[in-house]
Amino acid sequence: MAHDESQSVLRFEHVSVHFNESKALDDVSFEVARGETRVIFGAAGSGKTVLLKTALGLIEPDAGSVRVFGQDLRGMRETDLFRIRSRIGVLFQEGGLFDSLTVEENVGYPLENLAEFQLPPDQVRERAAEALRFVELEQTLDKFPAELSGGMRRRVGIARAIVTEPPLVLYDSPTAGLDPITAYTIIALIAKERDLKNTTTVMATHRYQDGHFMATCRFRAETGRAERVAVEDEGGLGTVFMVLNQGRIAFEGGLAEFNACADPYVAKFVRHEE
Amino acid sequence: MLDVLKSPVLAVQDYYLLAGRALRNVFRPPHYSSDIFLQMDIIGVGSLPIVICVGFFSGAVMAMQMAKALAQYGAVGETGQIVAITLVRELGPVLTSLMVAGRSATGIASELGSMKVTEQIDAMRALGTDPIQKLVTPRLIAACVVLPLLTIIADFVGIFGGFLIAYFVLTMTPNQYWNTAWQALTYTDVFFGLLKPFVFAFAIVLTGCYYGLTATGGTQGVGRATTQAMVVASVLIFFLTFFITRVFVSL
Repeated sequence: MAHDESQSVLRFEHVSVHFNESKALDDVSFEVARGETRVIFGAAGSGKTVLLKTALGLIEPDAGSVRVFGQDLRGMRETDLFRIRSRIGVLFQEGGLFDSLTVEENVGYPLENLAEFQLPPDQVRERAAEALRFVELEQTLDKFPAELSGGMRRRVGIARAIVTEPPLVLYDSPTAGLDPITAYTIIALIAKERDLKNTTTVMATHRYQDGHFMATCRFRAETGRAERVAVEDEGGLGTVFMVLNQGRIAFEGGLAEFNACADPYVAKFVRHEE
Repeated sequence: MLDVLKSPVLAVQDYYLLAGRALRNVFRPPHYSSDIFLQMDIIGVGSLPIVICVGFFSGAVMAMQMAKALAQYGAVGETGQIVAITLVRELGPVLTSLMVAGRSATGIASELGSMKVTEQIDAMRALGTDPIQKLVTPRLIAACVVLPLLTIIADFVGIFGGFLIAYFVLTMTPNQYWNTAWQALTYTDVFFGLLKPFVFAFAIVLTGCYYGLTATGGTQGVGRATTQAMVVASVLIFFLTFFITRVFVSL
């Protein structure tokens, strides 16, 4: 399989991950190109979270290799992984915010701790405020995560993920458990980050609307909101859909193919939400 | 059969790996000194009231029990000696450590367990921090410093509790009690009496951290981890005191 290494941001080659006797990922291979948006669908326990954690090097695969920015994560020491992770933003499913730190400290955490940054406190404060302004939460600087609503915690999580301006951002079920209005706000923010900063985006979700929005809407700086693009461009926003079923890739393709897929498991994600 | 044995063997392996990494981090930067002082406050200052309370009453009870037994031999005057030796060699370190295990091993397991199940540990690793360096090593250093200090306080308060019984109940003179107590103690007693809490500190912190960091299954898993941490830390304390005492008596 010929590929351009410089264009590959994330690449899985026959990756398998086992937990005790069960297979969380089973021979998974795919590649995410620079600027691509990849939306990963799957039921609970299908391996979405494990896949994202494996991409971050938080879980070591039992077989296969993971390459991030062209570098193989196999056998890498944690300190070397920190270097790679400094170029990846991540939003965990529940936000993963530190309870004992304020919102500002949470958002500034990577700038203070990643060896590649370690900025002085005034710069950390400035950049954290800027990231919070991006998610429209600059008024929550001194609050603790427990004082925020579920949607606000996700937005703080997004601010923390993008504060280092990473070229690749991973979102793990960013809209899970949220009401439709808040979910829309979150997805619009993800699209805004993607379109303003040209980041490569990998998003795990179980909601069809999330993927459809990412594939058909683009954030416009002039209007300050996400707008639907022309029909002929649909699926042309570099969005690839992928469906996981019990750790295996059940589908990979564009929006039109996804909508038309006859596989009963894949079709559940398309029709169920419509 | 092999599968049954596999999980405890793996658990022991993971426990030793955690211990090794936590110890290695003591000598490697970055050092989170503010976390060390915070943990000293939580583990040390936080345990002070209960340690004083337990130390005092164990000394007082020891004096009453021993005085009764010694009366049969007409040796009530030796109460101070018995109380001092028992407290400094055994009861002080073990009871102090059990109290700290009850407060801190469980506290650590539940805190780290909650962080684990809410993906804060993963977030920490993703954002450039080694969780063992940030969470385990500061707690280990703090406990190794404060547990011997707490033991000294418990020993002293216990001997003082014994003195109150000796003075008010057994009508001994202060001189008689404190002299026998002081003269009974050797440097070996004090050394082993302080070595024990130092070793127990490892058992308490590492057990709490191990169960916290391996917690799975949501809040129920955190509860399970907390209980297991308490039980295992307590058993380890008795197990270790047996071996240290075995070395001590063979000297």
